[in-house]
Amino acid sequence: MDVVLLSRLQFAAATMFHFLFVPLTLGLAVMVAVMETKYVRSNEEIYLRMTKFWGKLFLINFALGVVTGITLEFQFGTNWSRYSAYVGDIFGSLLAIEATMAFFLESTLLGVWIFGWKKLSKKVHATIMWLVALAGNLSALWIIIANGWMQHPVGYTIRNGRAELDDFMAVVTNKFAILQLFHTIGAAFILSAFVVMGISAYHLLKKNRTDFFTRSFRIGLAFGVVATLFVAIEGDMHGVHVTETQPIKLAAMEAHWETTRQAPIHLFAIPDEQNGKNKVEIGSIPGLLSFLGYHDFNAEVRGLNSFPKEQRPPVLITFLAFRGMVGLGTYFVLIMIIAWIRRNRLLESPWLLKAMVFSIPLPYIAIELGWVLAEVGRQPWIVYGLMRTSDAVSPIVGPQVLTTLIGFILLYGLLGAVGFYLIYQHAVKGPKGEVN
Amino acid sequence: MDLQMIWFFLWGLLWAIFFITDGFDLGIGTLYPFLGKTDTDKRIMINSLGPLWDGNEVWLITAGGVTFAAFPAVYAVMFSSLYSALMLILFALILRGVSFEFRSKIGNPGWRKVWDTTIFIGSFVPALLFGVAFANIFQGIPFDRQGVYHGTLFTLLNPYGLLGGLLFLLLFLQHGALWLTIRTEGALQERAHKTAAVLWLFLLVAAVLFLAASKYYTKLYDNYLAHPLLFLLPVTAVLALAATRLLLKKKSYMKAWLASALTIVACTFFGVAGLFPNLFPSSLNPEYSLTAYNASSSPMTLKIMLVVVSIFIPIVLIYQIWAYKLFSDKVTEEDLAYEEAY
Repeated sequence: MDVVLLSRLQFAAATMFHFLFVPLTLGLAVMVAVMETKYVRSNEEIYLRMTKFWGKLFLINFALGVVTGITLEFQFGTNWSRYSAYVGDIFGSLLAIEATMAFFLESTLLGVWIFGWKKLSKKVHATIMWLVALAGNLSALWIIIANGWMQHPVGYTIRNGRAELDDFMAVVTNKFAILQLFHTIGAAFILSAFVVMGISAYHLLKKNRTDFFTRSFRIGLAFGVVATLFVAIEGDMHGVHVTETQPIKLAAMEAHWETTRQAPIHLFAIPDEQNGKNKVEIGSIPGLLSFLGYHDFNAEVRGLNSFPKEQRPPVLITFLAFRGMVGLGTYFVLIMIIAWIRRNRLLESPWLLKAMVFSIPLPYIAIELGWVLAEVGRQPWIVYGLMRTSDAVSPIVGPQVLTTLIGFILLYGLLGAVGFYLIYQHAVKGPKGEVN
Repeated sequence: MDLQMIWFFLWGLLWAIFFITDGFDLGIGTLYPFLGKTDTDKRIMINSLGPLWDGNEVWLITAGGVTFAAFPAVYAVMFSSLYSALMLILFALILRGVSFEFRSKIGNPGWRKVWDTTIFIGSFVPALLFGVAFANIFQGIPFDRQGVYHGTLFTLLNPYGLLGGLLFLLLFLQHGALWLTIRTEGALQERAHKTAAVLWLFLLVAAVLFLAASKYYTKLYDNYLAHPLLFLLPVTAVLALAATRLLLKKKSYMKAWLASALTIVACTFFGVAGLFPNLFPSSLNPEYSLTAYNASSSPMTLKIMLVVVSIFIPIVLIYQIWAYKLFSDKVTEEDLAYEEAY
């Protein structure tokens, strides 16, 4: 049994499952903090109900995010021990900083927030929610600096047979990581906006508590419009930087085989990885890839065939993940703009409300595709250009990993089923109390 | 004190804090089916740790993260060697965490019974296995020069390992029962009080056996013979344990819990001080052992991380102590009526 493949599957399963819950907590924490602040300022009961209703949704997601996060940290040691020993000097410190600086704050204060309604003044209680939201996003910062280092390692030297820290500031200000951070947090806010708007739309369609859900919808909308436009612009900058730092990933994203000027983008293609070409290409737009990569329609873009086969990532997955992510992202911008135009006529726009309900799963798909693109597109490297994934795995045996992989699938399957059932039930039931 | 030595003791300290914080959560989760006679009892037990367990668990993540940052080679070999045991702990902790959340959301008795079971399993398994793992580290783990582990999960379940597991389990059970005496009242509090008193006797026996067995199964006492002052650690453990019993009798519950916390810290440091400079000794050949010196990060990383923890760990302690003070009052039936309660 292939330990590398099994360990990769296990890490992928654990990460992707973790990431079904965490993005919503990043954005929703801020929205709940906004709602609670409105409550403190206006003293209107409706904002208290909003804080509690959306807060509960946040809590279920948070619980699932927390418990599935621990296994991620420990898997570097259990399954990727050669990697841990080789880069722990840098990578390990980033994870440790995340725990001490951010995760402690979030976890401790969230407990205080849940149980502290009667013990704390309104102002202190709302402040705690802001700190929880801040800490959650600060966690994301450190985790993505760590991942950004795997994508584009900086600030190290090879000494004593391993990568040692050489310039801490270079690691922290890694441009790749910062672009990735904005991209991920922006995406998390988009997802949160869609969830809040989608659940609100469901109730608005039923004319259920229209005041409550119109206000909620608009808070989601404000975040959604800003976040979609932000991610669209930022995604473009990220693309340019990937071209510069990970040219092989860029070529795989676009199934671009031959080095050419005026490189095209294919709306759809079926890559033939054996023969180094595309079997099918549909809707090719000349020069667009050159423009996306270099902001110049004439620029030369290196093709996959100019790199040795053993340095190329799986092209089909990378290509499709990128297509799906960008396609969905374009849809997000459009529907947010439409929703913005119709924001004062929501009840008269049932088609929009229906579209919002059915759109709830889409940002989840987009955000998972984004991770697939980032991680699969980086293969065969675990640290781009520095360490191969196949050299990183622990000296353990296949059956051991297979057992835990099955364990993960069963346990996470159970948690996912129960978790989403509870989320669904809470969302459909709507808020407590008599508020309209 | 050099950098490596400082980090070695910080490493021990972080594990000790994890054991005194999440230790009582694990203890309560294990006592849960035995002390919780009614659904109200059970909910009071869960809510007694409800606001705190999550922040407590972060000490585990930090202990793991600091092992990774300061001693990457230990992190790599320890976690891949103890693969099955660690995965069992993680699966159990996942179950425990979601069980609190899931159980509270639906009132159906059958539903609650399912999560009652997982709370017990999710608490008992880690409480036992942490002890098994650490006792095995004290006596040495069969791994070679390349860090490859020559054994299975069952290799760890040897007499000394199991004794360590039993000791940790009893420490956590007593610690949990004492926390319940602080946060509950009436019949449940009385049961918790009696349980703590009975557990104390078993704990005393287990602790004495463990201290004696360590003489035969481990080399921990070598450091003690070289530096006799270190004997203050096991002496502190025994005195703190005695104090726990006296304070319990006087119904000074918070003080008894603190004495129990001191017992746990002293027990952890009994092992840590005996291990030094080994972090992860090999039972195949002492030359393969990973020490604070041959397994540490670069001086630059150790220094940067020292600055980070010197700033943030005290801050964490301040707000966690604040949270503990906020939630050290009695959990009443009235509290259970709030919609936020578990």
